[in-house]
Amino acid sequence: MSLNEFLPPVLLAAAITFFLRALPFLIFHGEKRMPGWLERLGQALPSAIMAVLIVYCLKDAGTDLRGVALPQFLAVGVVAVTYKWKHQTLFSIAAGTLVYMILLANL
Amino acid sequence: MKKEIFRAAFVCSIPILCSYIFVSIAYGIMMQNAGFPWFASLFVSLTVYTGAFQFVLITFLSSGASLLTVALTAFLMNSRQTFYSLTFLKEFRAMGKRKLYMIHTMTDETYAVNYTLDLPEKEKQDTMFLVAFLSRCYWMIGSVLGGVLGQLLPVELNGIDFCMTALFVIIFIDQWEKTKKHTPALAGLAIGTLCLVLFGQQRFMLPALLGVSGLLVFMQAGGRAHESE
Repeated sequence: MSLNEFLPPVLLAAAITFFLRALPFLIFHGEKRMPGWLERLGQALPSAIMAVLIVYCLKDAGTDLRGVALPQFLAVGVVAVTYKWKHQTLFSIAAGTLVYMILLANL
Repeated sequence: MKKEIFRAAFVCSIPILCSYIFVSIAYGIMMQNAGFPWFASLFVSLTVYTGAFQFVLITFLSSGASLLTVALTAFLMNSRQTFYSLTFLKEFRAMGKRKLYMIHTMTDETYAVNYTLDLPEKEKQDTMFLVAFLSRCYWMIGSVLGGVLGQLLPVELNGIDFCMTALFVIIFIDQWEKTKKHTPALAGLAIGTLCLVLFGQQRFMLPALLGVSGLLVFMQAGGRAHESE
């Protein structure tokens, strides 16, 4: 990949991210408060976006049922069950990824 | 700056150290696997510096996603940082020259740690700065380590990219447990899947993100109208 393909998306993402972090400092001077609906949107948005991202991660499952779908769904199951059980982020990431890699190599 | 403050800040940052080092090593390895060397990882970690989105950015870069998709995804995934910044309006303003650095280094983890600090003003400022600084170092060190490690490992790490999926599933469960309102999460799954079927793998992110955020804005604005009745 050339620099022309790498730099624009990265710098764009960096600028947007910095802008979002700085936004309250630009808008809110003094004691001005956020409107209630915006505050509620801030609470609702993250889990909806995360749900779309999970769909994004599993997007190839539909086209390759045996090769990708089965390992992916089993590994997601491993992550969910181990996380509900121990609530250890790193343990669940490692367990799920390991199961996925093993299934991918052997199925 | 005093030694005790540095030690205290380091202790506060240990949980961040544990999670950042491993997640950023995974990031560096994934980047290497996708054909990006360690200095590319370092550059992204240095400029973008936001956990989950950096993983999505890898697949965007290698699939050649449109700038519009990159922008909208960055906007929606990182909009939560705006809400974190709100918490620290007064504190950061009081920090003078360090303000911009504090704004740039705001993440889920530094937010959580700095939010719980209970110290006198001057010490709190120094500690917050050091926690932010150390966390950013951990993240960059891990990114480079991962890139180098990915290069050295003789085997092909087929499937290592699943750690991104696992991370998102865990964040999803965390968010699910924190609230009783599951409509947004379910709407995200439903609209995401629907758009995937309608638009296909390469093109569904943009309509899905627009659809789900539009629906939520509609729901929240509707909620306000309802309350004021």
